[in-house]
Amino acid sequence: MLKVVTPKTKRAVRALEKRAPKLVENAKKTLILQGTKTSKVLNEVLGDIYNLKKANGGAVRYTRKNENIRPFESGGETSLEFFSQKTDCSLFVFGSHSKKRPENIVMGRTYDHHIYDLVEVGVENFKPLSSFSYDKKLAPRVGSKPFFTFIGEGFETVEELKHLREFLLDLFRGEVVETLNLSGLDRVFVCSAVSPNKIVFMHCALQLKRSGTVVPRMELTEVGPSMDFVVRRHRLPNEDLKKSAMKTASKLPKKKVKNVSSDMIQGRIGKIYIPDQQVGGVPKANMKGLKRERREGKMKKDGNGVKPKKLKPNPT
Amino acid sequence: MEIDLGNLMAFEPQHQFPPQLPSREVLLKECLDKGRELVQALAGALFELPSTQDPDGPLVNLPTPSFRLPREKHLPKPKPPTKWEQFAQKKGIKNRKKSKLAFDETTQNWKRRYGYDRVDDDKDVPIIEAKDTDEPGVDPFAQRKAEKKKRVEKQEKNQLQNLKQAAKVGALPSTVQLAARALPITGTKEAPKKASRDELESVAGLAGTATASGGKFDKKLPGEKPPKHPGKYRKFLPVVEGKGMGNQERQQSEKVLSQLLSKHSHEILDVNKAVSMFKVKEEKKRKQRDTLSTSAKSKPSKRKSFKKSSKKAR
Repeated sequence: MLKVVTPKTKRAVRALEKRAPKLVENAKKTLILQGTKTSKVLNEVLGDIYNLKKANGGAVRYTRKNENIRPFESGGETSLEFFSQKTDCSLFVFGSHSKKRPENIVMGRTYDHHIYDLVEVGVENFKPLSSFSYDKKLAPRVGSKPFFTFIGEGFETVEELKHLREFLLDLFRGEVVETLNLSGLDRVFVCSAVSPNKIVFMHCALQLKRSGTVVPRMELTEVGPSMDFVVRRHRLPNEDLKKSAMKTASKLPKKKVKNVSSDMIQGRIGKIYIPDQQVGGVPKANMKGLKRERREGKMKKDGNGVKPKKLKPNPT
Repeated sequence: MEIDLGNLMAFEPQHQFPPQLPSREVLLKECLDKGRELVQALAGALFELPSTQDPDGPLVNLPTPSFRLPREKHLPKPKPPTKWEQFAQKKGIKNRKKSKLAFDETTQNWKRRYGYDRVDDDKDVPIIEAKDTDEPGVDPFAQRKAEKKKRVEKQEKNQLQNLKQAAKVGALPSTVQLAARALPITGTKEAPKKASRDELESVAGLAGTATASGGKFDKKLPGEKPPKHPGKYRKFLPVVEGKGMGNQERQQSEKVLSQLLSKHSHEILDVNKAVSMFKVKEEKKRKQRDTLSTSAKSKPSKRKSFKKSSKKAR
């Protein structure tokens, strides 16, 4: 026998609706975690990625050791998929350190909480966020929409780098917006494919300076973190999976506008509702001038200043 | 150069870095300069867009991204029509709007059509007039209540059926889950499940083989079938040399024989195990000796040794 189970509180309803599949999706959240062994560098890398992503609950950081996560091996993705389900994260960054693959980061995406694709990179020449010194006024605001620049032919010719480019864009782009405030542009990710298996990743602050034209002059200041990614293994998504993941809603449902209709001849017509005028009643006599305090105050003032006129005695 | 304004992304596929990379500083400088150039180009395109003024700054509408990224979850699936909706479609029945309020004859008042304090509510009916068709001994009020209960139950059943249909295509509303009823715990009433014919047959077969004769001389019930797998499952390798299997048996026996008769018979000996056994024995002997010696001497000797070490430290 089956039973219908529904949430008991409104809060639970909201929480469930938040993670349901939608036509226009929420911003992707990132799960950051590590394997049984990490290094100091790797801890800092993961911490810095978390710092970049954590605005508006965009990232979840797991700090415990995780024993049985091996994303590239069959059976090694079970607990990762479970964590993805639990935290509602569809991006993950998994750090591990071994003799064979030192300073290793496996990045990947999930679709319907199952592994979609994977990229494995090694980190080199890492400079943490804290090691950069710059004018704090330049520091990018939390959660601002970044620019991306990808430089080098490697991003087009090498399959792994092409994949990595797509992933980096997905990881750091933040929320998808329709309108953008131009004065809020303050950060750039500069990725350059310097060799067929290596990219240089930099994070810069942006300054808009006067140039005499409409378009301001852009100035970049490196604010960190910066590192080199050496591509190791990667796994592209399954073709069928990719097809269904790339589907977009053919047309979004229009939001119903109340009280506005259109007409062939008159064009847009708006209805305005005005409450009925209350004609029957008499306004209460609560004018300011009739209040006791005012009356008394006025009397006092008159008493001090000008003496009230004496009443004329009745001529009788 | 490719520019994607929707993602605020600029891509320069033409730029080539030299195969012999320059020093780190030079390389980073080159990356930054190139990045600046790209950002400038991106800004050029961005500030071209028509903008509206806002107290916080100029706002622009971004175009849809040209570089597409995968979804994180599947598109929401359309809900299948309910049984009633199917029926209504077939018959051409259309929904008409009903007002929420209706006039109640018994109380001569406007009331809600459904829900609490509704029209024709049970609590508003103090008297039900008897009819000729009424059966004696039936409480009309209780009957009314029971009928209502029945209707509600039927509706719940129908709802569950529709939800099951929706669950089949994966279009269950996000706030609804269909869960199995709780397992029967002692004290709760759950109708015992009826055993199926196959289950009974298999159980009967198992029970039959549990006698000393393996069920051979048992009385058969009318309609009882013989057990499905009489006899043994053990298999032997063929004795005669064949293509595959015969070879296997020979190898098997040869392996055993060679192990037994080999000149290097020390290889059969598990050296590690022997060593550990030897060690354990030694340890035991030493312990016995130690206990004897410690019981002979007593605490002072220990103190002495401690003092010695402390002296050494100085």
